[in-house]
Amino acid sequence: MSAAPDHSPTFSRLSLTDRLSLAAPYLLVPVLVVIGFLAIGAPSSWLTLTVSGLAMGMMIFIMASGLTLVFGLMDVINFGHGAFISLGAFMGVSVLFWLSAWTDAPSLVLNVAAVLLAILAAMVFTGVIGWAFERVIVRPVYGSHLKQILVTVGGLIVLEQAIHVIWGAEEIYLNRPEALRGSITFGASALERYRILAVVVGLAIFVAMRLVLRRTKIGLIVRAGVQNGEMVEALGYRLKLVFIGVFIAGSALAGLGGVMWALYEQVITAGMGENMMILIFIVVIIGGLGSIEGAFIGALLVGLLQNYVAFLEPKVALISNIGLMTAILLWRPQGMMPVVKAK
Amino acid sequence: MLVNLISGDRPRSTILTILLLVVLVCLALAPFLFPGVRPLDTAARICVFILLVASYDLLLGYTGIVSFAHTMFFGFGAYGVALASIHMERGWDALLVGTLAGALAAAVVAFVIGLFSLRVRAIFFAMITLAVASAVAVLVSQLFQLTGGEDGLTYQIPRELTPAFRLGEVFGVRINGRILNYYLVFFTCLALFLVLLRIVNSPFGTVLEAIRENDFRAEAIGYRVVAYRTAASCLSAAMAAFAGSLYAIWLRYVGPDTTLSFEIMLDVLLMVVIGGMGTMYGAVLGAVIFVLAQNYLQTLMGAGAGLTQGLPLIPQLLDPNRWLMWLGILFVLSVYFFPTGIVGRLRTGK
Repeated sequence: MSAAPDHSPTFSRLSLTDRLSLAAPYLLVPVLVVIGFLAIGAPSSWLTLTVSGLAMGMMIFIMASGLTLVFGLMDVINFGHGAFISLGAFMGVSVLFWLSAWTDAPSLVLNVAAVLLAILAAMVFTGVIGWAFERVIVRPVYGSHLKQILVTVGGLIVLEQAIHVIWGAEEIYLNRPEALRGSITFGASALERYRILAVVVGLAIFVAMRLVLRRTKIGLIVRAGVQNGEMVEALGYRLKLVFIGVFIAGSALAGLGGVMWALYEQVITAGMGENMMILIFIVVIIGGLGSIEGAFIGALLVGLLQNYVAFLEPKVALISNIGLMTAILLWRPQGMMPVVKAK
Repeated sequence: MLVNLISGDRPRSTILTILLLVVLVCLALAPFLFPGVRPLDTAARICVFILLVASYDLLLGYTGIVSFAHTMFFGFGAYGVALASIHMERGWDALLVGTLAGALAAAVVAFVIGLFSLRVRAIFFAMITLAVASAVAVLVSQLFQLTGGEDGLTYQIPRELTPAFRLGEVFGVRINGRILNYYLVFFTCLALFLVLLRIVNSPFGTVLEAIRENDFRAEAIGYRVVAYRTAASCLSAAMAAFAGSLYAIWLRYVGPDTTLSFEIMLDVLLMVVIGGMGTMYGAVLGAVIFVLAQNYLQTLMGAGAGLTQGLPLIPQLLDPNRWLMWLGILFVLSVYFFPTGIVGRLRTGK
């Protein structure tokens, strides 16, 4: 009988290349910002573009985060996510119209209160619809991607048409509240107030989400559920319940994103969510399915790149996102930080 | 002979056989049975959509992968014919060159998308095709010097296919180029449909079904799943491009709304699911029912909305523009309760 082969496990520090490959996704955003600076040349326009790129990225992240978590946790792909964006936008805008006395008043407190109320209404509304959507549409098709895609696309159609029925088929134009109009001049560059607010809100959401996921028990269960759901259930946690919570939270975030996007574009249509879904899918794919950090970085990359390219070469901007996605998938076929193992 | 022609894939249900025969006869004799411009237009649309939906079924029903770029390939064929007709001399060779170029471009693009997405996981494919298709739709509307933008392109097709070309009368119906054009569409669609039937009933088609049922096991038996999925997606893209070319020849117009829009993609999805996934005959029934509903149901709904004018909400729900909502509900219900569609129900219900 031959002796067992020599086996002496050692713990060694990660080599520099390993650490670099772990950190690489985080480095992409600063690298892109620097490249943008070099390509644009003029610091003032660069600053304006960077802020608007960041604002756009943050809003996309808010909408994408729910989708990627839902996928990571329950392996459910929700093509109807876009409908929640539209629903949130319509609900929020309705509230803003209803509070038009507050939004037109030149008082910061009243303006912010109106926007907060609109956001709250939109989030509660989309959260409730999300709960119903999960119950009625998604629940019966767990485990089958094909049916999930079909059924949620069906749900998207029905919800969009329902918006037409309730709010009419015309697009709705709106004005931002008094205090959020205009821009601040910083050096030679003009920064729109609303974009700065969007960046702040997006950062706050990201930080809050990270805190919940990293520091709380429920976050621990969610992360563990993404990594290995069966094991978490074997330990006695009702993952289905957690999942419903995540689905509702994701829908509510989509609603929040919808209100913010509506205030950004100042026009809403029933199809706006559907159009956003394309960017959201790109973000979720390049970030890696199931990864919040990946979605965050991906969203910032998409937002920044789109703004830079639109400034430098307007025609190319249309396909810049596809180019970005292709490049990232060539580099990492699973996306930058995949959490869910390939199935 | 007849069984050979349909590759041994019998309808396996008396009602289904009768329905298919009725559809075949009605489409074959459409110019004589339903004279007039609009019925002929509907019949041609049904032919084209049967081919388009059947090619999509090859992907969705047989291989089990969802693509949202199918109308993009449809558009490739249509724009291929349009661009060739504009830039070449008016004639048959322009149609041929445009058709082949469109199909080739569709197959190549499908191959590239497949390389990126099918390699990792099939679900990527759905998302990436959606992104690519929307990018192409935006590009087409932006590059208006080449594609005519939102207005689309009109062009000339050989004179033999236009209403100006007259041949005489048969059974009291004037035979003109329009009817010849219809028969070009009809017979090409029929032939390509039979080719698709041949493909899905070949050993290749059987492997596709094995992949749909259990890709892991198919790989374990020794079939390269990625290669088969990519091949299926290229084939179905090329077929969709052919359908697009025929549609462009029939309409003598291409534009984003008629060939590229996401609405058409949803229509195709609805047709496949309602007709029955995983059977080519489902495509036939789905397309026929859907196109007829599209053309005539809206009129009915308009009447319903008019009747219920005084009631709250109901007129809005019955508004002809909201017909997609009812189809969406029907779609969701049919995925739950009749995942095999009409054809599946007919086959089990005997």
